[in-house]
Amino acid sequence: MAVDVLPPRTRQRVERLDAIWEERPGLLGWLTTVDHKRIGLLYFFTTLAFFLAGGVEALLIRTQLARPNERVLSPDTYNQVMTMHGVTMIFLFVIPMGVSAFGNYLVPLMIGARDMAFPRMNALSYWLFLGSGCFIYAGLFMRKGANCGWFCYAPLNTKSYDPGLNVDFYALGLIFNGLSTTAGAINFIVTIFKLRAPGMSLNRMPLFVFANLASSLAIIFLLPPLTMDLTFLELQRRAGFHFFDVAHGGDPLLWQHLFWLFGHPEVYLIVLPAFGIATSIIPTFSRRKMVAFPLVALAELLVAFIGFGVWAHHMFATGLPTVSLVFFAAASMMVVIPSTIQIFAWTITVISGRPIFAAPLLFIGGFITFFVFGGLSGIMFAAIPFDQATTDTYFVVAHFHFIIFGAAVFPLLGGMYYWFPKVTGRMYNEPLAKVSFWVTFTGTALTFFPMHILGLLGMTRRVYTYPASAGWGGYNLSETFGAYILAAGLLLIAGNLVWSFLRAVPAGPDPFYGGTLEWATTSPPPEYNFAVIPTVTSPYPNWDREDREEDARRLERGQLVLAAGHETPASTVRDGYWDEILDMPSESPWPITLAFAVLLMFMMVLLTHFVTAAIFGGVALLALAAWHSKEPQEF
Amino acid sequence: MSGDRSGSGAYGAAVAVVLGAPLLLAGCGGKENILHPHSHAEHRISVVWWVTMIGAWIGFGVVVFGLFLGWWRRNRPNLPFGGGERAATLLVIGLGVGVPIVVLSLLFVWADIFVIRSTDAPAASSTSLTVKVIGHQWWWEVRYPGTKALTANEIHIPVGTRVNVVGTTADVIHSIWVPELNRKIDVIPGRTNSMLWDADRPGVYEGRCSEFCGLQHAHMSLLVFAQPRAQYEAWLRKEAKPAAASTLTGARVFLSHACSGCHQIRGTGARGLVGPDLTHLMSRTTLAAGTIANTRDDLANWIIDPQHFKPGNKMPALNISGPDLDALLAYLRSLK
Repeated sequence: MAVDVLPPRTRQRVERLDAIWEERPGLLGWLTTVDHKRIGLLYFFTTLAFFLAGGVEALLIRTQLARPNERVLSPDTYNQVMTMHGVTMIFLFVIPMGVSAFGNYLVPLMIGARDMAFPRMNALSYWLFLGSGCFIYAGLFMRKGANCGWFCYAPLNTKSYDPGLNVDFYALGLIFNGLSTTAGAINFIVTIFKLRAPGMSLNRMPLFVFANLASSLAIIFLLPPLTMDLTFLELQRRAGFHFFDVAHGGDPLLWQHLFWLFGHPEVYLIVLPAFGIATSIIPTFSRRKMVAFPLVALAELLVAFIGFGVWAHHMFATGLPTVSLVFFAAASMMVVIPSTIQIFAWTITVISGRPIFAAPLLFIGGFITFFVFGGLSGIMFAAIPFDQATTDTYFVVAHFHFIIFGAAVFPLLGGMYYWFPKVTGRMYNEPLAKVSFWVTFTGTALTFFPMHILGLLGMTRRVYTYPASAGWGGYNLSETFGAYILAAGLLLIAGNLVWSFLRAVPAGPDPFYGGTLEWATTSPPPEYNFAVIPTVTSPYPNWDREDREEDARRLERGQLVLAAGHETPASTVRDGYWDEILDMPSESPWPITLAFAVLLMFMMVLLTHFVTAAIFGGVALLALAAWHSKEPQEF
Repeated sequence: MSGDRSGSGAYGAAVAVVLGAPLLLAGCGGKENILHPHSHAEHRISVVWWVTMIGAWIGFGVVVFGLFLGWWRRNRPNLPFGGGERAATLLVIGLGVGVPIVVLSLLFVWADIFVIRSTDAPAASSTSLTVKVIGHQWWWEVRYPGTKALTANEIHIPVGTRVNVVGTTADVIHSIWVPELNRKIDVIPGRTNSMLWDADRPGVYEGRCSEFCGLQHAHMSLLVFAQPRAQYEAWLRKEAKPAAASTLTGARVFLSHACSGCHQIRGTGARGLVGPDLTHLMSRTTLAAGTIANTRDDLANWIIDPQHFKPGNKMPALNISGPDLDALLAYLRSLK
């Protein structure tokens, strides 16, 4: 905060807040931080590193498939790279980037809170995430990476067919990863329900926060089936159980049901943060409120809910009875409706506003284009006969890359531009940003569009090579070109942001005149986010000039400053009435210690040193106990 | 903003490319083209594709038009025809709820109630021939119930006949798919799944395993030969017979080396069932599930180094060379 220009009493209050909330400097500060913004940045750069790894894997895949009978990768390496690409992009990039990195940084700011509800658990979920990512990648570096495809069907995943540690890295790594995601989701739900600024009733909550709430609620219910599935698998692989073994009364389809009971809601979970970002960028650059605001909020929640009823549409070729197929096809068509509501709400908001097509809005335009495209090919799969022909072909690969890259990642890229000034206090380069959009857009279309054609021409997915006689070479080559163009576009974005950071053109607190509360504070925001707890009277509180001017007057008067400690107000769940003042915990070395003990425990389980694993489990419990010893807070 | 005009042009070009590309598809070649149906069921599937594709382009066009409209009217607030928030909300409900409900209901009833009957498993008495296809890592075992015929990777069926294809697996999940004949069907341990093949004209139809099944999933093709009934029956009669007694030295080589541990040649002491039955090896056009052609050279190379073409497959190199190899080749090439 520009302290020197403030009147003396205001300045005193701000300095006191600075002193209370300041964390340790340097590396130690980052290791023990509980500040949601720093944790958000840790998540951001970690997931970005995994995005880089997953991207390199994608380029390796595309290089191997550029021509028939190519020998860049051996079949075994290809299968590991192909599996790791999927696992990385889903579990280590898109979900943690959208839900955790953007969510961590933005949710407390948007609801006018000073931190997440459980700041130390927040730190824990980050360190667990980092540990699980390293654990999963340790497999690849030992050339024992997961090799069974990201959905890793039984019985191919059992010891008889995959005796190495590959599948164990996958199964244990994802159980580990689930701990982090679950802790994060609980934290978001409590934060969103309890820590909203006074006056922010549910109907005044930003749509980004609705999307994060929907994701977090989905996570709580979708991870147990996956964890159970993976636990069954490990029990079968290591302890002689027979969950998926027909000879002993098991059933391989059990794996698929449980996996997709997780896997399909999870697809919506991937795209929900993207909806949230779109509904943040569109109103700002269209210079108007979202059209049909309550419908969009409802649609976000409905997507997460209906998503739980469609899992068997991944199993239309498994020979399930037709009656059950038809039920799941109907549900799959129903889940289209919340998406069409949003698509038209976004489009009509742009039409009825006075849009400025700056880079963030361009990325949202790309997002809508690809989302509609991938959504329409998704509807085709709800026509069961067509699905039975094209499932497990490149048509599916095309469809879900349009959704996962085009629809889920484009808003993340647009969001990076949009919130870059907020996070750094500096402005990105707009012309270069526009160029980066067009390069990325072209690369995406060129990479993924020909995959539809290949699917219709019979190219099945997960093949490490194909014969020249199949006639698939041309399309594959164009995809490989597209992939490199896409990579160039992504590098342009990274280059723009790094260069803009170094060039340091100041952005000011609110360069785009955004409507949500993160724009009401300085860029970058102070540790405590808001010197005065903001009061909210509409869904776009930063457009309520009088309210924000009242905040400034309150700071002078010393009202709602809450500077007696790490204080933030809690409000009632539905109406956002003032409830109580919470005393938030400060930085702590225990979350990272606990996460490290859990990492060691999982490693020992992997190596079947169960006694040592139990000891590290005990260490984790001790760290948990130490965590709860209340330390004195000094001011 | 001044930079917008060129931007919109680029967007238009990109959309035009994407819009135009599928129209090329109908003319595309390829031997496994879903859009070259050679059976009633596949024909119905391709109709579903063409209808949904046209519908999809219309839907896509509407949204892209909306985005263009937003760009075009970027300096004018409100909707083109006026109307305030209420009109905008009603438009969202109409386009986002009303239209999709109608369109999706129609698609659901048509595709999932009616068309699905063509891709369902055939009714018990509606077929006149059953072929059993058993998936292995990474090849197909093919049996004709009621006869002794046993072959691999190449399936002969009579044209114009409803064939019940019954799929099972010997190990992991595979999926049988011949795109020009019908849908695919997964073969799953502990389950028996079936689908209909009813080729409408003679020809060779290619297909492949379409569920990831491990290291050599990429090399697990199958060929379907749809033949006139008389030809098919002649083939089946021959295929059902054991191999003719052979005096060739190669027969001894086959039995004395590890070959017979994994492969069967009916009528001889070779009874292995790990790999494909070789009784009438020369009646097949390809080797190793469509990986290489069934020529003398490729067969020789395969025997010398089976791991070269299909790394990870279960056949070991047996170090057969020189006169033994020649004799073995002569014998195998005599298995007509």
